[in-house]
Amino acid sequence: MATATTARRSGRTRAFVLAGLLVALLLAAVVSGFASGSPDGLERVAEDKGFAATAEDHALAGSPVADYAVEGVDDERVATGLSGVIGVTLTFAVGAGVFALVTRRRRAVPDEG
Amino acid sequence: MHIPDGFLDAPTSVAGGVLAVAGVAYCLRRASTELDDRLAPMAGLVAAFVFAVQMLNFPVAAGTSGHLLGGVLAAVLVGPAAGALCVAVVLMVQALFADGGLTALGLNITIMGLVTAFAGYAVYRALLAVLPRREASVPLAAGLAAGVSVPVAAAAFTAFYALGATSDVPVGTVLGAMVGVHVLIGIGEGVITGLTVGAVIASRPDLVHGAALVRRPLEVRTQAPAVPAGGA
Repeated sequence: MATATTARRSGRTRAFVLAGLLVALLLAAVVSGFASGSPDGLERVAEDKGFAATAEDHALAGSPVADYAVEGVDDERVATGLSGVIGVTLTFAVGAGVFALVTRRRRAVPDEG
Repeated sequence: MHIPDGFLDAPTSVAGGVLAVAGVAYCLRRASTELDDRLAPMAGLVAAFVFAVQMLNFPVAAGTSGHLLGGVLAAVLVGPAAGALCVAVVLMVQALFADGGLTALGLNITIMGLVTAFAGYAVYRALLAVLPRREASVPLAAGLAAGVSVPVAAAAFTAFYALGATSDVPVGTVLGAMVGVHVLIGIGEGVITGLTVGAVIASRPDLVHGAALVRRPLEVRTQAPAVPAGGA
């Protein structure tokens, strides 16, 4: 009985995670095209107070997805949305992978839980 | 608030890197106790969601925008250690998008991940202690703590700036400007965090780590005495 309850809950959790991922993908793919392009707080302070020029070019400025664009995609909104989808997918994969390793290690050493 | 390469000197960047490595190592150990092992996909979702919402810059003043940092949101959903790890994952992936400097990655993880998650979660706990003990208080406390965490992160940046800036703008000037604009950004952070936590509370309150504080935790710990004995 306990295992049936656990299975049902983990099934519902899977559904919740999938729904949440869909929301994140929509935000990154579509809503991102309407985000403000103004400098953020730190960039604004750096410009206003005069230390913006000390910033160096990013070491990965030549990355195919640098600055949330995608190499070869000219439409800015499409490129941003596409890079958002890539980023959300990658972040989920890395995040879920790291946490799966963390919790698996605990199962291997049950007394430390 | 992503620090690019060059704002801060090499020793300060190394110090940030050391703090980040130590902090992430601590979080990895602690996350395994905070996080139910079935919830690894939930933590992945939190990281993915923070990545998405960090793309959504909102205007805060003429010619200035801000975006979610997400440390408190993640901390309330999956616990402070796992939450800080979520933000660290986001920042590492963002490096591929040339967002936030590579040498400044440790500083960014320290300020936007560790400081917001742990300092913000401490504020969250303190607020819950004075608010009515029910689930409706969780989004409110989360939102307020998230709002506070942004100027706190701005102050943390300024502390590193004081240690090793490559420019000679006075620290007091930077502190005032950074905290000022980030109080405004904090309002957005608070609203987004409160709404998001509220939505999760409404559908799956059991998936909100920080909501356990408003339930009665002592009653479900009948097996607790055996565990510390075995663990020690």
